Order: sequence, then C-alpha cells, then structure tokens
Amino acid sequence: MSTLTPVLTDTWDAEQGWKLETYAARGGYSSLDVAFAMSPDDVITAVKDSGLRGRGGAGFPTGMKWSFIPQDNPKPKYLVVNADESEPGTCKDIPLMMGNPHVLVEGVIVSSYAIRANKAFIYIRGEVVHVIRRVQAAVAEAYAAGHLGKDIHGSGYDLDVVVHAGAGAYICGEETALLEGLEGRRGQPRLRPPFPAVAGLYASPTVINNVESIASVPAIVSNGAAWFASMGTEKSKGHGIFSLSGHVQRPGQYEAPLGITLRELLDLAGGVREGHQLKFWTPGGSSTPLLTAEHLDVPLDFEGVGGVGSMLGTRALQVFDETVCVVRAVLRWTEFYKHESCGKCTPCREGTWWLVQALTRLEHGQGSEDDLDQLLDQCDNILGRSFCALGDGATSPISSSIQHFRDEYLAHLSHGGCPFDPARSTAWAGQEVSA
Amino acid sequence: MTEKTVEKDEQSRGKAVEKTDLVTLTIDGVEVSVPKDTLVIRAAEQIGVQVPRFCDHPLLAPVGACRQCLVDIPDAGNGRGFPKPQASCTLPVAEGMVVNTQVTSPVADKAQQGVMELLLINHPLDCPVCDKGGECPLQNQAMSNGRGESRFSDERNRGVKRTFPKPINLSPMVLLDRERCIVCQRCTRFADEIAGDPFIALVERGAQQQIGIAEDAPFLSYFSGNVIQICPVGALTSEQYRFRSRPFDLVSTPGVAEHDACGSAIRIDHRRGKVVRRQAGDDPAVNEEWITDKDRFAFAYAQADDRLTYPQVRDEDGFLRPASWPEAFVVAARGLAAAKAAGGVGVLTGGRLTVEDAYAYSKFARVALGTNDIDFRSRPLSAEETAFLASHVVLTGPADPVNRAVTYDDLESAAKVVLVGLEPEDEAGAVFLRLRKSVLAGGTEVVAVAPYTTRGLEKLSARLVPTAPGDEAAALAGLAGELGADTVLLVGERLATVPGALSTAASVAAASGARLAWVPRRAGDRGAIEAGCLPNLLPGGRPVADAGARVDVATAWGTASLPEAEGRDADAIVAALVAGELGGLVVAGIDPDDTADPAATRAAIDAAGFVVSFELRRSEVTDVADVVFPVAPTSEKSGTFVNWEGRVRSWEAALHQPSSLPELRALSGIAEELARLGQGAPLGFRTVAEVRAEMGQLGPWDGERTAAAPAVAGPVARDAGAFALSTWKLMLDNGTMQDGDKYLKATARTPVALVTPDVYDAHGPTVTITGDRGSVTLPAEIADDLVEGVVWVPASSVGNGVLADLASPGSHVTITGAEGVHG
Amino acid sequence: MATNQLDDKTLTELREIAARYPEPRSGLLPMLHLVQSAQGRITPEGIEACAAILDISAAEVSGVATFYTMYKRHGVGDYHVGVCTNTLCAVMGGDEIFARLKDHLEIGNDEVAVKRQGDSRTVSLEHIECNAACDYAPVVMVNWEFMDNQTPESAVQMVESLRAGHEVSSTRGPRLCTWREAERVLAGFPDGRVDEGPTAGEASLAGLRIARERGWTAPDPEQVPAVEAGEGEA
Repeated sequence: MSTLTPVLTDTWDAEQGWKLETYAARGGYSSLDVAFAMSPDDVITAVKDSGLRGRGGAGFPTGMKWSFIPQDNPKPKYLVVNADESEPGTCKDIPLMMGNPHVLVEGVIVSSYAIRANKAFIYIRGEVVHVIRRVQAAVAEAYAAGHLGKDIHGSGYDLDVVVHAGAGAYICGEETALLEGLEGRRGQPRLRPPFPAVAGLYASPTVINNVESIASVPAIVSNGAAWFASMGTEKSKGHGIFSLSGHVQRPGQYEAPLGITLRELLDLAGGVREGHQLKFWTPGGSSTPLLTAEHLDVPLDFEGVGGVGSMLGTRALQVFDETVCVVRAVLRWTEFYKHESCGKCTPCREGTWWLVQALTRLEHGQGSEDDLDQLLDQCDNILGRSFCALGDGATSPISSSIQHFRDEYLAHLSHGGCPFDPARSTAWAGQEVSA
Repeated sequence: MTEKTVEKDEQSRGKAVEKTDLVTLTIDGVEVSVPKDTLVIRAAEQIGVQVPRFCDHPLLAPVGACRQCLVDIPDAGNGRGFPKPQASCTLPVAEGMVVNTQVTSPVADKAQQGVMELLLINHPLDCPVCDKGGECPLQNQAMSNGRGESRFSDERNRGVKRTFPKPINLSPMVLLDRERCIVCQRCTRFADEIAGDPFIALVERGAQQQIGIAEDAPFLSYFSGNVIQICPVGALTSEQYRFRSRPFDLVSTPGVAEHDACGSAIRIDHRRGKVVRRQAGDDPAVNEEWITDKDRFAFAYAQADDRLTYPQVRDEDGFLRPASWPEAFVVAARGLAAAKAAGGVGVLTGGRLTVEDAYAYSKFARVALGTNDIDFRSRPLSAEETAFLASHVVLTGPADPVNRAVTYDDLESAAKVVLVGLEPEDEAGAVFLRLRKSVLAGGTEVVAVAPYTTRGLEKLSARLVPTAPGDEAAALAGLAGELGADTVLLVGERLATVPGALSTAASVAAASGARLAWVPRRAGDRGAIEAGCLPNLLPGGRPVADAGARVDVATAWGTASLPEAEGRDADAIVAALVAGELGGLVVAGIDPDDTADPAATRAAIDAAGFVVSFELRRSEVTDVADVVFPVAPTSEKSGTFVNWEGRVRSWEAALHQPSSLPELRALSGIAEELARLGQGAPLGFRTVAEVRAEMGQLGPWDGERTAAAPAVAGPVARDAGAFALSTWKLMLDNGTMQDGDKYLKATARTPVALVTPDVYDAHGPTVTITGDRGSVTLPAEIADDLVEGVVWVPASSVGNGVLADLASPGSHVTITGAEGVHG
Repeated sequence: MATNQLDDKTLTELREIAARYPEPRSGLLPMLHLVQSAQGRITPEGIEACAAILDISAAEVSGVATFYTMYKRHGVGDYHVGVCTNTLCAVMGGDEIFARLKDHLEIGNDEVAVKRQGDSRTVSLEHIECNAACDYAPVVMVNWEFMDNQTPESAVQMVESLRAGHEVSSTRGPRLCTWREAERVLAGFPDGRVDEGPTAGEASLAGLRIARERGWTAPDPEQVPAVEAGEGEA
C-alpha cells in the first residue's frame, strides 16, 4: 500500500501559502545556496541521478534534457516553463502555481543556473487570471528579496524571469508551439530538428520543462537525488501529483510516489460515487488511451501504463461511472481536438473535421458496424501521420473506446441513438435540487 | 509547378553543390548518391520517383505541413527505422539510409492515400469551373496517388464540407477562393521569405485556418503573382486570367520578359493568337522561378486597340494613309535620301529592341544612312556615360572570362553589394529578389548610396549611405576604403547625369578590386550597346574611333568604308534636328516624355524634314511622322535580349501574325530601296535567323577597349531654399507598356512626394513642387532618413512625368504647401 | 460597442510590454491582451498599433490575433461567462449549465446578453474547453476566474448577481473584476487582488488532508541511502 508523499502540495494548507514570507518560513529558497555551492554540471548530474522524468506528459528524463544544451554555443541559453496546462483532465499545475508559486520560482532559479541561462520565461495559459497574479507577485517578491536579478545571493549568478500570459490555444502545450507563442507568433509546432536544446527560443539553446518538473528540482537539490529516487518505481522515480476528477467521492489532488494504482487512489478518495461503478478512465488526460476497471491495479508509472497500451501522461485520472455514454464522451473530446487543431498539417486539421462528423453520426445511431472499421482506419491515417502529437492524441480516445466498448457503439446503432440518460451522470443526479 | 520544373530545378541545384560530400542511400531498392543535406524527396527524384507533394517547393524553406510526401524509412542509416512514415520533404538523407516510397512500400502508399483522402474531404468538386483544372497538382496527384473514391462523400456518409463565401480579394489582382485552399503555406512563405511582403498570413485556426490579409491592408507586392503560380490548387487566381481559359486550350511558348533588363524567363500562354496569361519561366541562373507582376501581368499593351498593323505614309494632303510594305519602303527610302542630302539622318532606337533589331538599326545607320548618329538612350544621358559604356560595359558577360562580369550568382556569393543610383525593387526585380535571398542567407551586406531607405532597401536590411542626388560620386569615393575583391558595385543608369559618378565607380572598382556592373532599366538597353546603337560603338563592341575595328566591320559587311567620326548622341541629334543640321530622323519606340528634355525632343521631331517612325501603337510621334512602320511585340517575333549581366537570352515567336514583321525586315526593305537610289548598300539579311548568323560571324571585338574617360566631378551647389530633386520610376506607373490592365494598375503604389519631417511640418500634407519646367502637386509623406534638402517624387506616376512637368533629376526645385488642394 | 481610441498611455504601455523581451515581437500576446483591455476587443486600430510598434505587418498581427481564442473580434460583456463543456465537465453537468444559461440569457454561444432595464452590468456567454479545474467539475469561468462546482441554479443566480452589479467573488479567488480589467492583468499589469482568496480550494487539498490525518509525509532525507552517481543516466 502506497502512502501519499506531499512535497509540492505540502504548503497548500498554509495560510497565504503564496507569500514569500510563508514559503521562506518553511525553508523556501534554501536550495539556492546549495545549488550555487555546486557547479552547474553537478546540479544537472543531481537531477539526472534523481531519475526525475518530465511531468508534462512525455516523461523525458529532465537531467538528460538539460545536458543536451550545448554549452559551447555562444548564444544565450533560455529556460522556458511550460505552464500552459490544458490537456483535458489535467489540473495539477494550476493549483500548484496558485498555492505555492514560490516553489516554481525557486525551481526556475536552480534549473536556469544548471543550464547557464540568465533569462527564463514562465508561459502560463491566459485563462487563469488569479494564477497569473500569484506567479507575477511571487516573481516580484523574489526580485525584492534578492532571489532574482543580479548577483543572486552573492553567487555572481544573474537571472531575470518574465511571466508571460498565453491567449487560449491548447497546442501551445506542445513545446515548439509554445516557443512560437512566446515569440509572438501563431502557436504552430516547429519542424524538428533543430531541437529546442540547440535552436529554441530566438534560435538559441532552450530548455522547456513542465511546471511540476521544475518545481520538483529544489527538493531534489536540497534533499539529494537519492531522496527523490527513494520514491517511485525502478524507472519512474519520485513523487507526482495525481489528479482525480469525475465520478469519485472526493475528487482532488493526491501527491504520491509514481507507481501507485488507481485502486489505491480511489480508496483514498472514497471510491467511485455512491451506488455506481467505474466504467472507464483516462490515466493521463484525454490524449492517453482509455482504460477500464480491469486496469485498476496497473502501477501508475511510465512503464506500467505503457504496458497496457496507454500512457501515464499527466496523471490526469478522469473517472467515469456506468452512467456515462462512452460515445458521447469520445465525441466531445474529438470536438475538442478539432477546435484546438492548429491547422498546420492535413491529417489533424482535416482528420478531426471528419472524425467529428463520423462520430456524430454514430452517436445518432446512424450507419453500420462497417463504419466503426472505417473510423479506425481514419484514425490509422492520422496517428503517426500528423506533424505533432495533437493528431495522435485525437485518435487515442476513439481507438481505445472502440477496443473496449465496441458493443456500446453498436448499441447506438441498434437503439437508433444514444441509450443513455445524460442527467444521470451529472454531479447533482439523484439529489433533491431546489430551484 | 509541374513535375518537369521540379526536375529541372533539381538539376541546377545539383550543379551548384557538386563539390560537396556525397551521401549514398537506397531508395526503392535503388542505390543513389546525392550531396549531403539533400532532402529525401529530392533524392527520390534522382532515381525518377516522384513522391507526391504540395507544401514542398525547392525554393522555399521546408515546412512539412501537408504530409502528402510520407515515405517509409525502415533504416535511418543507423540501423534503426522510423516506426511511422516520415515526411520526405523535411528529412535529409543519411549514409546507408533505406527509403521506401509509395512505389515499393504499402505503408507509404496507404499513408499517402490517407492524406490525399483527407485533403479532398473539404476540397470542392468544382474542377470543371476551376482555373487550375487541367494543370492542378492536387487533381493530378489525386489521380496518381489517391483512392478512386472518397469515403467522406459516399452515400452512407454524406459529410458536410467546409464552405466560405467566395472569393475574396487579397489585392486588386489576386483573388482567393478559400474553400479550395489546402493551406500548404506556399503563398505565405513566398510572401515572407522571398518577396519580403508578409501582407498575407495564415489567419484563424484549425479547420477554419485560411489565408488572409489585415483589414484595409491588401497584399500589395510587386511579386504577388508568383503566389498564384505556385499555388498547388485553384485557391489563388488573378483577376486577369480567372475564368478566361482552360490550360489544355493554351499553347505555351517560352519567352523573355521585356519590362526590365533582368532577362527573366517567362512562359507565354496563348490561345487562338492571343496571349491570355504569362507565367514565370524557370531559369536558375537568372530569375530562378520568380518574376515581377509587371513581367507577369503587363502584356495587354501589345493587344491594345491602337496597335498598328500596317505601314502608313503621309499623303500629299498631310494625312497618314495605309500603305503596302513595298510602297512604304519606297517612300521611306526617298524621304531618307532627301534628308541625307539635307544634312543627314539621326537614328534614335529606344531601349526596347531585340538585339537582332538593334543590330539592324546599327547597320542601317552605318551602311544605308552613312552615319554614326545613332543612340539607344531615350532618357537623360551624358558623354561620360557614353565613354563608360564603351570602356566598362560592352562585351562583358558571363561567357567572357577576361572581364569577370558580375552575375546573379555573384550577388549571392558577394560579401558586400553596393548599390548606387539603383533601386532594385523598382528597377530590376530579379536583382532585388536575388539580393534578398543572399541577405537572408546571411552572406551579403547591401550598402545603398541613396537619398533614403526605401521599402526595398529595408527588405534588404541595407545600410544607407545618405546621399543627395548629384553627390553620388563623392559618396562613392568615400566608400572606396571598404570595397574589396569580395565586393560588387551595381550602378544604375541614373548615374549618367551625375558628373563624375560613373568614372568614380570605375576608378574605385579598379583600385579596390571590387567588381562593377551597370544595371540599366530597359530590356533592350544592354543589347543595343552590344549591337552598336551608340555613336561611339560599332557592333561587337568595336570602337568607331579604332580604324582596325572599322575595317573589321566594313570587311564583314562588304562595304568599302564606314563613317569614321564618332556620331552624335541622342541629345546632340535632338539639338542638330532643332538647329536644322540634320534633315531627318529614324525613331523607334520613343516617348518624348522619357527623354532628357521632352520639349526639345518634340521640337526636334517637328523640325525634322523627314521622320520614319517604328511603333507598336499609335503615338504622338507616329502622328507627325512621314512614314510609320508597325512593330511586332516580343511575343510576335523571335529575338534576343542581353540582360544586365551581359547574358544572352533568345526566344522564338509565340504568335505568328502576318502583319507582324521584325524591324530588321523593314529596315532591310528600306535599305534595298535606298541602294536602288544609289544610297548605301542593302543590309544583306531579311530574317532574324540571318541576322543571328551574321552577328555570329562578326563576333566580338578582340582589340583594345577604349580607355575610360577621366573623372569629371562637377561641383554641386544648391541655391538657398532649393531642394535637390530625387526621382526614379516606380515599377508600376504610367508606362505605356502597362496599359490595358486596370487590375495591375490598381496595385501600383500611390504616388506621393517624400519629404523630410521639417518640410512636412512646414508645408503640410499636400505639397507643390516647382522646377524649371513646371509644378506638380502631390500628397506628402515623411521619409524619416531622407537627406536634408532633398525631395523625392516618382518619375512617371502623375501627369506627363517629372521630366516634362517638373525638372531634370538632380536639379533644384522649390516646395510650397498646397492649401486646399486635396491630392 | 463603442471603442475608445488607443491613448498615449496605452501606446506607451504597449511599448513597455515589447521591451520586456529580448526580441520585441515576443510581447505580441500580452500586447493584444492590453489592446482588449483598452478597447474591449481586438480592433483594426489595435492591430495596426501592435504592427507599427513591432515593425511587422498587420497581416502577421491579424494571424496571431485570430489564432488564440481569448482574443475577441467583437465585444464581450463586462463579465464573460465561460462554461466548460469539455467531456468531464459536460458529463458532470456542464452541458446542462450551458443550456440553462443560454435559455436564461436568451443568447447563443459567444453572444452578449441584452442589458435589461435595471441591469448595471452586461454578461456574455461562451462554452469553453478544459480550464484545468477538473476536480471542481462542473466548472464555470467568469473573466477567467474560477467558479467551481456549479449547478444550473447557482450559475443563473451568479449571472443575475453580476448583472445587478453585486460584488461576486471567485470560489477560490478574488472579487471579480471586469473582463477588461482582467485583460490588463494578463498584459502584465497587476491589479492588487493577488492576496484575495485562499491558498487552495477544498478539492486541491483532498490528498493533503488525508496525509495530514494519517501522518504521511515524504521520506526523511536523513534516512535515505545515497544513490550511486550516474544511475540517472540509465
């Protein structure tokens, strides 16, 4: 039985946890002096040794990403924090930045020091004004306290941080699209190579990391790589925030070692809502193939979830009970991908247009079983053919739902429409509602 | 783009990089070696495999957007394959790589068919009414690499296509049918990367993504038409050609553009004897695959209602009447014989001639008229320029190993290009594009000796050496220290009237090792020099003053002798006619308003006892001429232009109109009649082919070139309160060869007077500029870095043009506010 | 909606935004937020102003302004209400909330409700995509502040309070400011409301509360054996 390991969430119950005063009282910013006493390369080594893998979904080893920055390149280096949290189901970075922005700022300073960047950017999606306020203020407080700016803590190291608000585009979570947005352009992914580590922001060496990855760095530096690596599993080390949402008794954020199972998390969260059973869930947001009750004991680490044909992603555990029509759920996600497709490449732009129409017909009970195969073939023509992973993600819910719930699709055809009552799925279903 | 042009371009590209390392890979089981960094899609072309593509264009940066060119890579060269098909347009080759295209790989084939099916779900089925139908890469590749039937629109799954109200005007000329667009971004990439006019951009997102412009900011670019040509679907069309024809009804003939001295290759598409469209040709050494909008759209002039189609002679009653060719020859010969007796005949040929026609005029002047009074320059000129052309321009060319002529490719490899008296975007579009390519590649710095940073210079990131007109020689001398063997000096024809400028250019180039090229404005200028349409040069660059050269030519022509004295230049011919020293004039394609002194030129034509005019269309010159010969436009005769590089580009007639004869035929007819009258000798040719043969026989002069004239810098003093007049012709203006296309005209830049901020503040939004020939009133605009004491106006965009209405370039003008005038 | 012209202060601030970055064009997204704050939407004038300051074409600015969904080409209300209808919120009741609000406000998606007699403020309505608050589903955003765990009834009540001009607070954030004021914050000009609202909402604390209850913490660093260097490379 895994226990919870609050590290990043540990200060969230503090009064005014976003204030420097509160953070400092709990030892905040102490990792700076530890890091400055180390060489930048040693900081990179520590992060490598910790086994930290990117918390934004892809799980690329963070320390290795940093080591790709060519230090013989005379151009300035940049750190960019990907705070564009937009993957459906994902809701960890937003409360982190709202409740504990300083741990992110501290992480930015240590990470920038490691890659020898003197300028860092925090790219926050625009649709969260209060989060932006809190991060803006934290950066201002950090400047005032001498944690940012020139000669930080007398180390001779300089760092400036700019908080940048996005403007509504899921695709900007893709790191090269984010760079485009940060350069004042349409958020369309860039051709790789060159990779951002070589030519990223302003064609300079750039590291782009997720909020949670960067926020995990101060504790790694302070407590040691071994401390971090003592949590989690063989190849998926450390703590991570698991976000439970949907039909569970106590949805919310659960920070636990990687490798915890959904069964364990559901136990902590009081189980699926009263009187209902788990039907399907996403392990890491809507772009990760759906899983079902048969996967309750899969270790939620990169290998475990990968082993059952899905992806750990952002640990966005969206839980749906048996009242939910999987076709409706998948159609809505598909509409999302269509809305968020940047338009650059054909498979994603046109494919999502078609998928929505094909799924809509099926939801209305039109067509035949052959159409399911055609739908899968369309997915095959999009998956791996698109410019970036958005197109791939768009096919995940469709392919996985047909794999697990083919009969439910067919039921729509035999029923002549959706056999489910959407009212039964609402948060207030079964409750007395007074006007 | 057709498959053929892709291949052709690839050949030229291959040539450019032949010395680089080769990489060997296997494509569809065939081993092929290609230069390092070659993209897989081009490597496949080497073994004859055409991978379907839309966004890919060899002259644009790879983007990988359309995903049509997916191929299977079982081995990336490192023993590992890619798990998913890869876009071959963005993937460079690697040693040992294994590529399987649609030809051998079911995976690649299915991937391509899948993308094609997706491209077509929202593409309208309006091919029967689409301009692109029949020459459409989407249509063609849907046939070659697509499924037979769409599953989107079959009976069971009747999908809803995306529709837009149609079409929208991106500019007065370019229209966009959005539902046809496959957003490959070729057009926006062209506008941004090549032309530097990013006035079209991707707008909206996802399935609604489209090409757009900002409100009230149309796609006004001198190069806008290229986007129509490279559009792989029928999304972009021109007002000019839209719904006019079907590709399979067109006959295409290669040609060379006649609107500037760039020598750009074009393709003339015609139907039933009428040109309906012009496209860029593919000449990698010259214009690559781009042409200016003037080269593309300005051809209606040749089909105008006032086109002359038969000879005319002036009757005793004073009216012009139609005449047969033989009669016109006779009448012209008699008149010229009389004029010769009355002092002689001058020949003004203008800058529009083919080399073959220019040669005919040159020989006609010497052999039939016995004079060196011949000049092609129908614009301000100087004796200094005459000498410069003979000493530094004639005979230089890419084919000449001695004189190291500057080429387009040299512009790309030069560390620095200095522009003096030349505004490439307006005056030499292909030069501008090549310079921009070079600047963007990071290799070349452009330095401009000019009065202000024009939009074109801005796009070249040029460093301005702020210079008032007239001060160019001094500015050049000041730059001498930073020139070297890796520098190219491009001088424009405008320097002719700046005392000392051309000779200073020559001397600083000689001293520094910099390479020098003269870039004229008109297509026939350079060829006219080579053909000897100058008072000091015979054909093949032979100096008139050189007895050996004269003997050379006389021998070839079978005449006893040639006139020995250098002749009169155009200004002197005009003066001599006015003074009655010359009795007659042979004049070809000259607009008096283009000449140094329009009033004097008109007076000269009036004063001439006998005028033979060669013209395409009725003009004020034909109205007063005694004999008028119709001239064939370039599309209706074979010919050759020599571009600014000295590069020779020939073409054959696209259209065959019985009434269209090359001028050389008429000149030979007149010469024969003159010979019959005992004057001179026949020219000895009647056809273009015969002229080409004769020119080939004569060959270039291999003797001494004439020495450069010493620098004659004139003092530039300006009256207090006066402004130096800076002016040149915008690419699109009131030129008669742009007549007949209102859409093209509507894309021209608005004529304004450019002034310094002080002048604007003092005189307001509309100014009247007054010179010794009159006044013009124009809206004023501030040019931030315009040299103090200078005002710039477009040379031929309002009224009769600056030379007629205002003053000579570089001369002094005054500026007043024009209250109450709304320009 | 009448738009005021961009004043000198705004133009100065636009330049100020551009100056925050090593390359001015990076300022474009926040600059467009400021244009919205100043003019209530993206205006041709605002596009021109950004283009002039950044020395890029108006078409390029237009391309950016039409790519991101937060930029509005027509005016929105003083309070812009976004109902999440992405799958999880939709299933949890977002669809019903959105339908109820459309019906109640008598408008469609992305429209501004009529300002009735007596209303002091206007509201507009839009369905939005996942706003990263799934543990508070169904979620409604007002001027991009969280209104968590809504019901159709609570949503109707809220929009009525807003229209009446009453002060309404985010369920885990500050008192709501107007849409244009919020856009100013996004442009990087703080409004002093940062210290309003709690550190975290209840759902955010779900795991932490259990940990506290059960005495669970992350391991004590002192008790952890050192790893061998280089292991992380594996």
